[in-house]
Amino acid sequence: MQEKDKTRRKVLIGLTSAVGLSGIPFAATPFIAAWNPSAKAKAAGAPVKLDVSKMQFGQQIQVAWRKQPVFIVRHTKESLATLDLSVPKLADPNSDLIEEPYKGLNPSRSKDPGYSVFSGVCTHLGCAPKYFPEVEPKPWDATWNGGFFCPCHGSMFDIVGRVFKGVPASTNLLVPPHMFDGSILTIGEDREL
Amino acid sequence: MTEIAGKLFSWLNTRLPIVNTFERHLSKHPVPSKVNFWYLFGALAAVTLIIQIVTGIWLIMPYSNTEEQAFSSIEYIMRDVDYGWVIRYMHTTGASLFFAVVYLHMFRGLLYGSYQKPKELVWIFGCTIYLAMMAEGFLGYVLPYGQMSYWGAQVIISLFGAIPYIGESLELWVRGDYYISGITVSRFFALHVVALPLVLIALVFLHLVALHEVGAGNPEGVDIEEFLDDDGVPLDSVPFFPYKVLNALVAIGVFMTVFSIIMFFFPEGGGYFIEMANFEEANPLVTPDHIAPVWYYAPFYTMLRAIPDPLGGLIVMAAGVAIFFIVPWLDRSKVASIRYKGIYSKIAITLFGVSFLTLGYLGTVGVTEVRKTMSVVCTVIYFAYFLLMPIYTKYETTKEVPDRL
Repeated sequence: MQEKDKTRRKVLIGLTSAVGLSGIPFAATPFIAAWNPSAKAKAAGAPVKLDVSKMQFGQQIQVAWRKQPVFIVRHTKESLATLDLSVPKLADPNSDLIEEPYKGLNPSRSKDPGYSVFSGVCTHLGCAPKYFPEVEPKPWDATWNGGFFCPCHGSMFDIVGRVFKGVPASTNLLVPPHMFDGSILTIGEDREL
Repeated sequence: MTEIAGKLFSWLNTRLPIVNTFERHLSKHPVPSKVNFWYLFGALAAVTLIIQIVTGIWLIMPYSNTEEQAFSSIEYIMRDVDYGWVIRYMHTTGASLFFAVVYLHMFRGLLYGSYQKPKELVWIFGCTIYLAMMAEGFLGYVLPYGQMSYWGAQVIISLFGAIPYIGESLELWVRGDYYISGITVSRFFALHVVALPLVLIALVFLHLVALHEVGAGNPEGVDIEEFLDDDGVPLDSVPFFPYKVLNALVAIGVFMTVFSIIMFFFPEGGGYFIEMANFEEANPLVTPDHIAPVWYYAPFYTMLRAIPDPLGGLIVMAAGVAIFFIVPWLDRSKVASIRYKGIYSKIAITLFGVSFLTLGYLGTVGVTEVRKTMSVVCTVIYFAYFLLMPIYTKYETTKEVPDRL
């Protein structure tokens, strides 16, 4: 074969391969996209509503939004007063490290100062922290002012879900978009946002 | 009659290399004449793989891969399907013992330098098999959709979330839902029963083809190819049949006995083979008090926990597995076997073994301050074994390796 033909063959092989390869992303698209949440999964992840006026003061409940636990705490005046006490223990008292929808609005981090609404998924590895409201020495903290303790890896959070220093979790518990209509709380949607 | 059979066989054999392949890879395949029990775990791993495939196929039949029925279909297998309990326990016991024999098989490799030139590829295929097994085991553990299935998967999938920028969307993509739902279970099912077994079988095939090309090792680290008889067969070798086959059969007999004792009397392995929390259906709202992986992931789970930062933990854990791949290039020793290596190698592999077992223990128990420190220390020793290997294997005095086995 002549030198000229060899070059021609190379160019043709190169061009054919390039055209062939450009088809790969197109062919891969359906296979990758089929792993996205389906329309049904998205619909099941719609916002949830509940009436929080029946909660006791100091009570914590959890609701499922997208099957994930969301914690709602109704604060007492006393517990809100202890919030400043725990600040020296906190890693990020003002939630500077995360995207927080209601930053600086209320000490409770929510849209209503009397309640806190935050995700019950530990920011370390996704476990559900447990609520220990008592102000008493605990095995994990001798000067416990009430808050959340994660049984998996020992992360600690205060009663409004802010993370302690020196624990595996590095950021505060996330606050989902929510809104109060009187005493009706909607989680997963906020028309003002 | 025999004449017809003979004709049929020769018809086949002229069209398919049956006799050739059989003689080359099985009956006449030369293997070192002197090896010890450490060389039996490869065969046991192959047996376990077959057990896993057969019991797996039988488990697919009654299993249901939906969120509503996954857990109850496992109970259905256990209670209503005739001998379903035995098939399931065979599969769960098989999973644990698969890892047990593979860990011993890998340790043999480290002891006797089974990764050294020209066996690098055999070793790398082996490491890839181990990686595929870890993925296969994890996916399988999610399928019963019990509490530990759910929360274990939650921990593992959120590891993807630690990857910067794309982490969160990657997590959502892997789950296909906002939580680990039936959608996640059914895709894990597809990967567990079709995709990864195909990969595993292909890798085992390559592992064996590469091994047969370069020849099996021996505990002396002697290259038996140096002295050949007139037919080109190594003098220090015996044919695979009957010498190795009968050896392996005895080992398989012992292995089956252990297997049966576990399967019939301790199928849960005291909570290490099937964790107690997994006898409860998955509940996304309640975390079990104590989340621990099954024992075979425990060492790497401890590494993950030893690092406070999730991304750092993920990197260290991944490196802990990945580092096996480069062992052939870390070992600079002139000799292969630990028998002829120097004192530093002997100390190093002992410390490595102890730290690996300690990491394993720490991964199955809760966290305290002391244990946290121990995790960090053992993780450091674990990595030091590998990373210092180029130094201590190069500068130690080794013993002279004999010419013959």
